[in-house]
Amino acid sequence: MDIINYLKKHENKDMLRFLTCGSVDDGKSTLIGRMLYDSKMIFDDQLAAAESESKKYGTTGEKIDMALLVDGLQSEREQGITIDVAYRFFATENRKFIIADTPGHEQYTRNMVTGASTADVAIILIDARKGILTQTRRHSFIVSLLGIEHVVVAINKMDLVDFSEEKYEEIKKAYGALADELGIKNTYYIPLSALDGDNVVDKSTKTPWFTGKPLLGLLDSMDISKEIKPENFRFPVQYVNRPNLDFRGFCGTIAAGSVKVGDEITVLPSGKTTKVKSIINGGDITEANRTATTGEAYAPMAVTITTEDEVDISRGDMIVHTKNLPTVSNALKVMLVWMDEKPMTLGRAYDIKRATSVVSGSFEHINYKIDVNTYERTEVTSLELNDIASCKMLLTRPIAADSYKENKETGSFIVVDRISNNTVGAGMIVGVTKRDVDSAHLSNKTYSDAEKALNKYIRDNFPEWECKEI
Amino acid sequence: MIDEKRLTHLKQLEAESIHILREVAAEFSNPVMMYSVGKDSSVMLHLAMKAFAPAKLPFPLLHVDTLWKFKEMIEFRDQRVKDLGFDLVVHSNPEGIAMDISPFKHGSKVHTDVMKTEALKQALNAGAYDAVIGGARRDEEKSRAKERIFSFRDKHHRWDPKNQRPELWNVYNTAIQKGESVRVFPISNWTELDIWQYIYLEGIPIPSLYFAKEQEVVEMDGVKILVDDERMPEELRKTAKKEMVRFRTLGCYPLTGAINSTATTLPEIIKEMLLSTSSEREGRLIDKDQEGAMELKKIEGYF
Repeated sequence: MDIINYLKKHENKDMLRFLTCGSVDDGKSTLIGRMLYDSKMIFDDQLAAAESESKKYGTTGEKIDMALLVDGLQSEREQGITIDVAYRFFATENRKFIIADTPGHEQYTRNMVTGASTADVAIILIDARKGILTQTRRHSFIVSLLGIEHVVVAINKMDLVDFSEEKYEEIKKAYGALADELGIKNTYYIPLSALDGDNVVDKSTKTPWFTGKPLLGLLDSMDISKEIKPENFRFPVQYVNRPNLDFRGFCGTIAAGSVKVGDEITVLPSGKTTKVKSIINGGDITEANRTATTGEAYAPMAVTITTEDEVDISRGDMIVHTKNLPTVSNALKVMLVWMDEKPMTLGRAYDIKRATSVVSGSFEHINYKIDVNTYERTEVTSLELNDIASCKMLLTRPIAADSYKENKETGSFIVVDRISNNTVGAGMIVGVTKRDVDSAHLSNKTYSDAEKALNKYIRDNFPEWECKEI
Repeated sequence: MIDEKRLTHLKQLEAESIHILREVAAEFSNPVMMYSVGKDSSVMLHLAMKAFAPAKLPFPLLHVDTLWKFKEMIEFRDQRVKDLGFDLVVHSNPEGIAMDISPFKHGSKVHTDVMKTEALKQALNAGAYDAVIGGARRDEEKSRAKERIFSFRDKHHRWDPKNQRPELWNVYNTAIQKGESVRVFPISNWTELDIWQYIYLEGIPIPSLYFAKEQEVVEMDGVKILVDDERMPEELRKTAKKEMVRFRTLGCYPLTGAINSTATTLPEIIKEMLLSTSSEREGRLIDKDQEGAMELKKIEGYF
């Protein structure tokens, strides 16, 4: 192996994050263990540990239980189930992969939503003997809800149906109908056996009728790039860097689009405008050159922007192109996933964290709750753990609102309980609700220095009034 | 419309880590970054220097010195402080010093409990830090694979693996009560290979212990231990042999195994790593004390 050439090649690797959906019974952990093992990510000492544990907890008799390579916590090993999201890593020639390994049990929908939130691709495991089950419908619904555009349907345990092409085609047809119903864009089908490794890394000789790639080859070559509009620049201000009076930079991760020096920008929600003076890309900074700048930057770079004019910009603001303004509103239609044992109460104040802004808000109305298994909609007045519902959310301050469909980074938010501080919900912006769309004009209202000083005085000295910052 | 420009995996990881570091600086009033002098710490320091350029680091670094680190680590650490000008807090457990805790005499468990876990708690309590940035990676160990990037700790620094906050997208919940804290892991999603590749590409300085050299080593519990000073018991030292060795991780010298190697450059180290059949933690004696050892240590407050 020529190591220098190897390193050159690997410098230019891409990254793909995927989610595996299925239960222990579907052979999910076995599949992941198999991918890690066959791509040489499992070391001898880890294998030896799994071997000794196989004797204690294993369920595969004489064979090493691949699932034990990945089932992390001791409590889980004792129960024999995966109870939380775990992240695993492996790499091929072209890509680094991050696997979000999530449980398939119904009560753990919350974990699947968590794993799905960062995934580019979802692998849905189906037991070839059983076909599409209720849990397949549930997993597929969550995958589509979280906007994952690529779904690999892994039809597992083909060894138990004699690698029957008929069985494979039957499941493929049934899933195709489900994908259409949910609007899942790209589906891929693979017949495999995780236990024996058929069509996982290498093409199996037992499925001569299958013309597609094995799982790893597919993941390695799949096109996951998205069309983007550079003018749709979204920059949530994360941190104001002000080491001295001569430098005032606004740090953040570009959520969408791109930006150039000289671009006219608008700060939301204040509506103030200025121009980009310089851009520092964190990636370009070295020990020797701590002031490297760049002419253009794009998502998802972590950059620092300085402006031509001294405008008031703080954490939580959103910088966008002046010629392409998003809607600003405090009343939003959202899809909400409830994640806490304590039910969601209508009208109660929660902290809503979207990108870098934390705004107090409440849910005013539940339009409908959706059943993850049957997709039936019902009317309810509160939400329990793992409920998913369409709601109307009212914020105490307007924000620049993109729909989740348009932009995952700026269209997503978490709900934080103000007493327990727990993350109790996760939401996706669907749109702006009509009645309050005109609240956008609020964002353009400007205040005098005296008004601002009065506001600050009240906030500093009378916090119990819960006065909003202007 | 144009096709999305895609950053390479290392550039994506770098941007993610910078985002996490800035989130800490923006949301917490008294953060600190753990600095253990090893390769992961070196990468974290490098990322932090990028995140806040042209300013200085907005938080201090904390080194829990067990007093049994390799000599070179301490020299390297002090040189980095000089070169980069960050604030460094060093803490050792005074009770441990009084008891003259030694891994040779008291074993790895007692030594780690007193000089690492306890010392860390003391340092964190003394500093009253509300966010503690650590260099743990999810690929290191099974229980780490489930840890959040912003991982909540109660008043007693304890981790509750069954009751972790859901963590979605790149929106991190930073809300805590007074006295509670979070451990933040900006390089969660990096693998050992990523770390080495990044060190190579960016030219990040690391201690020379990572490179193969002829050194005096002894065999202890089947692991090669460097004769780093005269505190190693005489009868052990007598068995020392010169061998070409290097270290895949750095820690307390009596608890860190060397491997036979001829790798004297970064590409050679990476090549060796790619061909290796054992994980980097194999040389660490503390993980093997008991099954699920890391999980228990973490629950108690160890990183």
